Amino acid sequence: MVNVGRWSLKKSPWLFHFNSGSCNNCDIELIDALTPRYDVERFGILLQGSPRHADILVVTGMVNHQTAPRLKRIYEQMPNPKAVIALGTCATSGGIFADSYHIAGPVDRIIPVDVYVPGCPPRPEAIIEGVIKALAKL
Amino acid sequence: MFVEGERIVDVKIRIGYNHRGIEYLSQRRTIHQIPMLVERICGICSHTHPLCYCQAVEEAMGVEPPDRARYIRTIIAELERIHSHLLWAGVALHLIGYDSLFMYFWRYREPICMLFELLTGNRQSYAVNCVGGVRRDIDVPRHRDRVMRTLKEVGDGVRRLEGMLLEDPLVKARLVGVGVLTRDDARRYCVVGPTARGSGIPIDVRVCEPYAAYAEVGVDIKVFSEGDVMAKTLVRVQEVVESIEIVERALDAMPGGPLRAELPEPPVSEGIGKTEAPRGENIHYVRLNGTVVPERHKVRAPTYANIPSLVPQLLGETIADAPIVIGSIDPCLSCTDRLSVVDAETGKPLGITYEKLVHMSRKKSRRVLRSA
Repeated sequence: MVNVGRWSLKKSPWLFHFNSGSCNNCDIELIDALTPRYDVERFGILLQGSPRHADILVVTGMVNHQTAPRLKRIYEQMPNPKAVIALGTCATSGGIFADSYHIAGPVDRIIPVDVYVPGCPPRPEAIIEGVIKALAKL
Repeated sequence: MFVEGERIVDVKIRIGYNHRGIEYLSQRRTIHQIPMLVERICGICSHTHPLCYCQAVEEAMGVEPPDRARYIRTIIAELERIHSHLLWAGVALHLIGYDSLFMYFWRYREPICMLFELLTGNRQSYAVNCVGGVRRDIDVPRHRDRVMRTLKEVGDGVRRLEGMLLEDPLVKARLVGVGVLTRDDARRYCVVGPTARGSGIPIDVRVCEPYAAYAEVGVDIKVFSEGDVMAKTLVRVQEVVESIEIVERALDAMPGGPLRAELPEPPVSEGIGKTEAPRGENIHYVRLNGTVVPERHKVRAPTYANIPSLVPQLLGETIADAPIVIGSIDPCLSCTDRLSVVDAETGKPLGITYEKLVHMSRKKSRRVLRSA
């Protein structure tokens, strides 16, 4: 029998976006993917305002000490099954901020990460591909 | 925010959620690496920060960038203003629940991103500036047609959208007379950029202390005296049209010559750079100690100057208006988007999240629509 819950997830993943200390670059490229040129909403990919309703957590930024506990709490609030995308160079490795005194990240030091999308910022096409890869993990 | 019922009675501001230690990092890098770092202060203003920093270092070294470099800096800075203002207009309309106009504004932002890719190689973070000039030339004969075509398309689109903004009853109901910052308050809180120009104060670094090529190409600053959210919106929308004209003029007047000036050995000296970022006056201070690593680097971004002015703008408004009023100073949302609403009598937090606030704001729009 087909697991209806799992099947429906693959059709329409809801994203929750968390900015953990990013420069806005990745954030605007993520929003860009929703707007007319890329329009991922036609595939059912929707940005969601609450982590409790989301399937995929998209984290941007280098994760500083002030946002790290909040990132952890948001991850815990999300229902299973869930996937995490680390978006951008800062989220995947710390990037240019790697030797800052205020870095607690990168993301995989705080929560488990399924998909890494590098780039500063990654192009919307790369973000969409990241979401597809995260879907395969769900 | 402290509230009595629906009314906001006091506001306390807490920032620091996006602190990354940029000044610390910058004092551990060479002056030629820092443009890449300050570019990542904000992805939306990723030209104005390195430009400002380079001007500070150039002042400290006593170097003048070549003419062609100044024009290229101007063109990229104005394209950045166009994309930033369109982005802001979209987000602001999203906050009041007007998603179709949000999509329209972002539809016209996308061609600008494609222009950036054509001219600089990246959609955001253009890496154009370096100390003493620019790193990348603009091939005017090759790209002129494409740039002009795109700018015309964007200009026509934005003028049409401005008409829609002015006539729409919902936009009027949510923006006119909301979050008023009077001229006196604007002066007292020392606001900068479109926030000041929306309150009738004609300040603009491009005009007051021209840098890059602004003295040659000329800037016509847009001022509205109402001080409400609508005035700040119109300032930005009209600045988009003005920026398009500046880019066109600068492209046509672009002189030839080298892209970078010869740099001397770093002296013991200091310099201040000022630019008009899309959000207002941006200041970088650099002190050099004779080595390639600066001794001190201080950044004052425009949002920092504008945030305190939220207090007079928010007082007396309802909670549902808070998102659009906060949005109206165009804060780098990443630093300011977490706030708590507190009951003024009991002092207990009401547990209203930002998402809930936006939801309340959008519900108010629907109420306004129904009663209209």
